Amino acid sequence: MNWQRICELDLLPPECGVPALVHDRSVAVFRTRDDELFAVGNVDPFCGAGVISRGIVGDRGGEPTVASPMLKQVFSLRTGQCLDDPAARLPVYPVRRRADVVEVALP
Amino acid sequence: MIRTLIIVGHGMVGHRLVETLRERDTAGAWRIIVLGEEPRPAYDRVALSSYLDGKSAEDLSLTSHELLEDPLVDLRLSTAVTGVDRAARTVSTSDGSVLGYDALVLATGSRPFVPPVPGHDLDGCFVYRTIEDLDAIRAAAVEGENGVVIGGGLLGLEAANALRLLGMRPHVVEMAPRLMPLQVDEGGGQVLGRLVGDLGLAVHCGAATKSVDGDGRVRGVSLADGTVIDTGLVVFSAGVRPRDELAEVAGLDRAERGGILVDEFCRTSDDNIWAIGECAAVQGRCYGLVAPGYGMAEGVAEQLLERGGGAFPGADLSTKLKLLGVDVASFGDAHGRTEGALEVVYANNAAGTYAKLVLSDDARVLLGGVLVGDASAYTVLRPLVDRELPAPPEQLLLPAGSGVDAGALPADATVCSCNNVTKQDITSAIAEQGLTDVPGIKACTKAGTSCGSCVPMLKNLLGECGVVTSKALCEHFPQSRSELFEIVRATGIGSFSELIGRHGSGRGCDICKPAVASILASLGHGHILDGEQAGLQDTNDRFLANLQRNGTYSVVPRVPGGEITPDKLIVLGEVAREFGLYTKITGGQRIDLFGARVEQLPLIWRRLVDAGFESGHAYGKALRTVKSCVGNDWCRYGVQDSVSMAIRLELRYRGLRAPHKIKAGVSGCARECAEARGKDFGVIATDKGWNLYVGGNGGFTPRHAELLAADLDDDQLIRLVDRFLMFYVRTADRLQRTSAWLESLEGGLEHLREVVVEDSLGIAAELEAAMHQHVDNYSDEWAGVLADPAKLARFVSFVNAPEAPDPTIRFVRERGQIRPGPVALPMPAVATQEVSG
Repeated sequence: MNWQRICELDLLPPECGVPALVHDRSVAVFRTRDDELFAVGNVDPFCGAGVISRGIVGDRGGEPTVASPMLKQVFSLRTGQCLDDPAARLPVYPVRRRADVVEVALP
Repeated sequence: MIRTLIIVGHGMVGHRLVETLRERDTAGAWRIIVLGEEPRPAYDRVALSSYLDGKSAEDLSLTSHELLEDPLVDLRLSTAVTGVDRAARTVSTSDGSVLGYDALVLATGSRPFVPPVPGHDLDGCFVYRTIEDLDAIRAAAVEGENGVVIGGGLLGLEAANALRLLGMRPHVVEMAPRLMPLQVDEGGGQVLGRLVGDLGLAVHCGAATKSVDGDGRVRGVSLADGTVIDTGLVVFSAGVRPRDELAEVAGLDRAERGGILVDEFCRTSDDNIWAIGECAAVQGRCYGLVAPGYGMAEGVAEQLLERGGGAFPGADLSTKLKLLGVDVASFGDAHGRTEGALEVVYANNAAGTYAKLVLSDDARVLLGGVLVGDASAYTVLRPLVDRELPAPPEQLLLPAGSGVDAGALPADATVCSCNNVTKQDITSAIAEQGLTDVPGIKACTKAGTSCGSCVPMLKNLLGECGVVTSKALCEHFPQSRSELFEIVRATGIGSFSELIGRHGSGRGCDICKPAVASILASLGHGHILDGEQAGLQDTNDRFLANLQRNGTYSVVPRVPGGEITPDKLIVLGEVAREFGLYTKITGGQRIDLFGARVEQLPLIWRRLVDAGFESGHAYGKALRTVKSCVGNDWCRYGVQDSVSMAIRLELRYRGLRAPHKIKAGVSGCARECAEARGKDFGVIATDKGWNLYVGGNGGFTPRHAELLAADLDDDQLIRLVDRFLMFYVRTADRLQRTSAWLESLEGGLEHLREVVVEDSLGIAAELEAAMHQHVDNYSDEWAGVLADPAKLARFVSFVNAPEAPDPTIRFVRERGQIRPGPVALPMPAVATQEVSG
């Protein structure tokens, strides 16, 4: 695993996302209220813009989600699967917290 | 192979065929060419007189933007058909085109019949059929003078109403002994005559027109009994005749008494040609109402799609309408022509109502009826025609048919006769589609979309199906937005997590979070990006700018009332040039700067704030702009200072968070250059002060704002707008503009006026106080971010590489400015690639 440091946990407010650059890839990193971390692709597959990190975090039937701010499709933070369109999916990346630092790995 | 349908005529019925076919032809089997002789697309001819009562031609239009842009619909206006070559299957048109068809539908409608009385062609004689006819009548009308309508049927009374709206004194001349002889009986006609007489109409029944007199121009009308009416304006509305000329041109059969002869499938003697609507004689009979025409259009659409069926179901000639404010309805065998028919009559001369039921000879089956003055029982009675009475007749006739509810109707009873929808159609749609409201029923079944008289019954049916209308905001909150507003207001809860913890479930979503953020903001809970609130905001609010398609933002500084100094204008230009932004003037009289990256936003705001600008809230569900005309400072027509008032209003309500965006306008005179009636609230100057209009909307469903109060002074105006806006903020649904809110308010504009103007709920002072609090607590949101390092830290391209520009953002140049470049969508590959663990 090729872990890369993203930021201190403090820079990641609960129930919010931030954009990160991991080896030229735009990644959206999220922290939920119970301090669970998720990392998915930041590029919205429906419009090609790097905006997923700016979406609203929430849940659909308990599944943690983010809604793209562009056209509001909702994606699972766990699997990256678009819950409104089975053909679309975001890549998901391993993410962890070491001490107070958030790290993401590329496969 | 795609086939071509040519429809001749773009009236209501031709349009219904286009709509129905486009809706049901999901495979795109037909391309449609519509050839309309009038210069405008189909409009609601039934509501023609409302054109003189404040509605515009656009309001009456039936044609949606989608249809106009539909690539399978080719609408050609001002185009008459001059020839039909059945062998070659082509039509030729007035502009010299020759167009091939696979199917041809004639929907040419009818023309007004002008009786050949002497003088019928003098200047000042008109017919009543098109918007152009109304324009001509309006141009010739002279306020306070007599106008004569020849013909006292349904259309004649509409025409008389038109003259009344133009300030004329209408006379109606009807040959029969009563008004509306086809629809109502003697008793009903008498009540109707009395009611319209009270409205200032002079009614001449049993009167034949001898001549229209004049010398080049109309000067009067002479009746057979010697009466002479002085008038300069005559409208003929003595019936219509089918426009069947094309039958002759094409060599098709005509009915004995006119009309293009068709079989029960509306097919002419040529298998590839149909005729529908008023020009068609279905098995020899013409129908002059729109509902049967709609039935024909839908039947032909079914045949074109080869679904089987599509026969004309026969016409229900029942009518319910409001003529000159008087309810008139007639249904079934209204004249009691069935052998042995019995009549039950209830007449109340004091109240001006008349009701008659026609029953079978054993008094058990309802055959028909007539209602005048109060037709509220119609929705219950009409579906009962030819059925056993569910209650004694006198009970059915009592006000509003209170003795019967939807449960008494048999399943196959027609509830919406305009669109031929049965009770069963509606209840199945409710059950199968999970419908929960009247708009849902309208969308699924078309019931209630034409005359609207069955809407109360639709509500009733929802209740009967056990639908408890869900007001839940989303899966996380069972409450409606207005309930949550009241909870937050009453409890003083100040955060989303506390609210969802105590009154909801789960973690929230992109529906409830912004809605709650807006409620908290409306109630003045600090900067919208404070603490947890930042994560609740839609991206526009979270970055205080408008997200564009490539992930960049646009920036709109406030320019109150559209007034801007040259110095500020120069600053905007300089900022745009320095940051390489695309600039465009908006419809709200400000300047939009596009293409700003997230990390550039604070730098741009710094420059703008230093020059005296502030956020224009173009991103928020909040007050946008108050547009104004130039007003009486400069304009030679202006009667009030619209610019000063617009600035005052914009500065007062800036930053007010609401269920949806709010737009406003102030016009300095009745010419209305600020287009204020297309706004959520619009102010129009009068020589005595200001008129306040509310609930207007442009956009997807345009709506003219309606007059709430007239001739207000400045302070009265502000007070009413304060109350109106706060009432809206508190009670509307999420993302409900004022126009939809007003339409959904029980009691509508009248109720709003009671609450806002007359203070019927006793909450006016509280609403005003809430608005004062908003005004006192206002501060610029951009300046708030610039002053707070924690908030500024979020404006970076990447948290771990704040200086690296987002590689997905690319621009190309066009007309000397930037625009987003093409994007490579990862879509197709996404489902199969790099799901890493």
